[in-house]
Amino acid sequence: MFPELNNLLNTTPDQVEQGKLTLLCDAKTDGSFLVHHFLSFYLKANCKVCFVALIQSFSHYNIVGQKLGVSLTTARECGQLVFLEGLKSAVDVFFRPQEEPHPLQFLREANSGNLQPLYEFVQEALKPMDSGEAAWRCPVLLVDDLSVLLSLGVGAVAVLDFVHYCRATVCREWKGNVVALVHDSGDAEDEENDILLNGLGHQSHLILRAEGLATGFCKDVHGQLRILWRRSSQPTAQRDRSLTYQYKIQDKNVSFFAKGMSPAVL
Amino acid sequence: MAAAATCSTGTRSTGSMVVAASRNNVTSFQRRGPRTSGTDSGCSRLVSISGTRPSVRNGQLLVSTGLPALDQLLGGGLAVGTVLLIEEDKYNIYSPLLFKYFLAEGIVTGHTLLVASAKEDPADILQELPAPLLDDNCKKECDEDICNHKTESNVKMKIAWRYQLLPKIEARPVSSSRFGHYYDVSKRIPQELIEASKWHGFFLPEKISSTLNEDPCSLNHGYIKLLQFIQNIIYKEGFDGSNPQKKQKNILRIGIQNLGSPLWGDDICWTENCDSNCSLTKFLYMLRGLLRTSLSACIITVPTHLIQNKAIIARVTNLSDTVVGLESFIGSEKETNPLYKDYHGLIHIRQIPQLNNLICDVSDVKDLAFKLKRKLFTIERPPAGNQSLHKENISLFMI
Repeated sequence: MFPELNNLLNTTPDQVEQGKLTLLCDAKTDGSFLVHHFLSFYLKANCKVCFVALIQSFSHYNIVGQKLGVSLTTARECGQLVFLEGLKSAVDVFFRPQEEPHPLQFLREANSGNLQPLYEFVQEALKPMDSGEAAWRCPVLLVDDLSVLLSLGVGAVAVLDFVHYCRATVCREWKGNVVALVHDSGDAEDEENDILLNGLGHQSHLILRAEGLATGFCKDVHGQLRILWRRSSQPTAQRDRSLTYQYKIQDKNVSFFAKGMSPAVL
Repeated sequence: MAAAATCSTGTRSTGSMVVAASRNNVTSFQRRGPRTSGTDSGCSRLVSISGTRPSVRNGQLLVSTGLPALDQLLGGGLAVGTVLLIEEDKYNIYSPLLFKYFLAEGIVTGHTLLVASAKEDPADILQELPAPLLDDNCKKECDEDICNHKTESNVKMKIAWRYQLLPKIEARPVSSSRFGHYYDVSKRIPQELIEASKWHGFFLPEKISSTLNEDPCSLNHGYIKLLQFIQNIIYKEGFDGSNPQKKQKNILRIGIQNLGSPLWGDDICWTENCDSNCSLTKFLYMLRGLLRTSLSACIITVPTHLIQNKAIIARVTNLSDTVVGLESFIGSEKETNPLYKDYHGLIHIRQIPQLNNLICDVSDVKDLAFKLKRKLFTIERPPAGNQSLHKENISLFMI
C-alpha cells in the first residue's frame, strides 16, 4: 500500500471502513497501481480477501506485492487470500471441459453469459466461518478488471447484476467491501463499457479515477488521480467531496502531489 | 508466469545461485559462461536458454524481436509469455517485415516456431525470411565507417597470429548466444538454416473442414482450431513444463498473421455491429492464458485500420501486452512533407506492459520514424524540421 494514498483517503490498516463499494477507473493510462495498493492494504488490515484476477497471473501480483510488503503466497496458504487466477482457469475450462460448474463457465457459452457461477465462487470464498471466531476483520472482494468480462462476451447488464449481487452479500450482509477496476474507453465509444461505468459510478461510495495528463506524456508526472467521495452517511455532511492530485509511480511507491507541484517542476 | 518466477529467483542474488548449485551437488565456484555482448552473465544455469536474457529492471526473461532498435524501444526485448501486437500499416507493406524479423530471429537462435496464417502457406513465409548477417560481416554491412578499420585489424596480428584465427572458428555458421541479430532484407535465409530449425505451420484453409462442428462458445471456428493447435504444440513439446525434459528448455515463438482479417472468418473488418464482436477479443484472452503458462512469445499483426468499431480496437489493445503501430506515408499527405522525406513511415509504441513491476520502461522519445533501406529496416527519430523550414522561409523572403 502507498502511505501517501492512505493519507489522502484518510484510512489506515487499523481502521477500515466497512460496507463500501470502491470503483477504480482509469482513462488513457494504466490504473493497475491502484489495484496493487488495495490488495496490499486489505491484506495488511487483516481482512479476508477474495481476488478475482482476470488479467494477469498470480506471480505478477505476488512480485509487486512483495515490493509493497505483503506476501501473497503466505496469505494464500494461511487462508487469508482466495485467488482466482483467471488466465489459468480459462485455459482449463476451455480446453478441458469440466463436469462441475466452474466460475468461468461463461467462456464456453455462446450468448451474453451468466456470471452466476462466478458469484457462487465469491460467496463460497468469503462466507464467514461457522466456527464463530472472527479470524479476519471483514471480507473484501477485489476484481481486476470488469472491462475484460465485456471483451469475453458477457453483457454489461450481466456484469452489473453480478456486482449488485456481490454488493448485497458482501457489503450489506457481511459488512465487507468490494473494490473493482473498470477501464474508461474515453473516445473509443464503447457503449457497453460506458453503461457499466456509469452504473457502477452511481452505486459506489468512493471513486478513484486515474487519468493521463491532458497535455500528453510527461516523464515526471505519470498522471492525475481524482478522488470522489459519494453517498456519505450523514445527510448534513458535505456531499460528493472531490480532490485531484497528480502522481508519479516509482519502483516501490507512488508519490502524490498537488497539481503543478511536482518536485521536478519546483 | 513460469519463466519469470524461475528467472527472477535466479537473478535476484548470487546467494540463490549458490543454493541452486549446492543442490545439484556441484561446487559453488562455477566459472561464468563466456561473456557475450548483451547477455547478463549473472543468470543462473537453470534458465540459460539460448537467445534470451533477463531484463535489467525486473529479471523478466526477454527474447529479441529481431530488430535491435525495436528491442531497445521496448525496454530490452519482448518478455516471454507476452503478446506483441503490430497494428498493420495501410497497405500491409512494412508489417510483414517485422513479422519476418521475429521469425528469422527464432530460427537463428534455435527456438521452435509456430507460424499461423490464413493467406500464405507457412512454408512459403519461411522461405522469404531475411538472411542473417554473420558476426564478421555484420558491422561492415551496417556501418560503412567501420570498413575502413577492418584492414587495420588484419594487419595488426602479425606475431600473435594464432589469436586472430580464434574468433572465426565457429561450430555453427551463426552464433546463437547473442541477443539480437541483424538481417539483410535483400537476401533470403539460407535453406540449411530453415531445415535445421523446428517449426510448425498452421494454414487455415488446410485445417478447417467445410462442415462446421457445433461448438457452443461464441468463438470463430478458425480461432478455435488455432487455439487448439497452439495448445497441442505447447503441451506435446513441453513448453508449459508439463513434461520435465532432460534436454534444454526452449522458447516457442508464435507468429499469427493478419488476425482479424476476413480471411480468418471474422467480420469485424467489414461491419460495425457484428454478431460475434467478441470473437477476436476472446481469442486474445485465451491466447494470453496459454502464453502466460508457457515459455513462449507471440507476434500478431492485426489490420486495425480496417476495424470499423473503435471499441473493439480499444479492447484488443487492452488485451495485448505490447502494441506497436505502423503508419506508412504512402498515399498520405505526409509523403510530401519535407520533414519526412527520408523516411517511409512513423512507428508508434502505443503500449508497453508493466509486468512484475509498478512502473514500465517508457522511453522519452515519442515521435519515431522508420525507413526501409535496401538491406535494413531502421528506426530513428526524425530530425527537428526547424532548420530546413527556416531556410525555405529565408529564401522566399529574399526573393
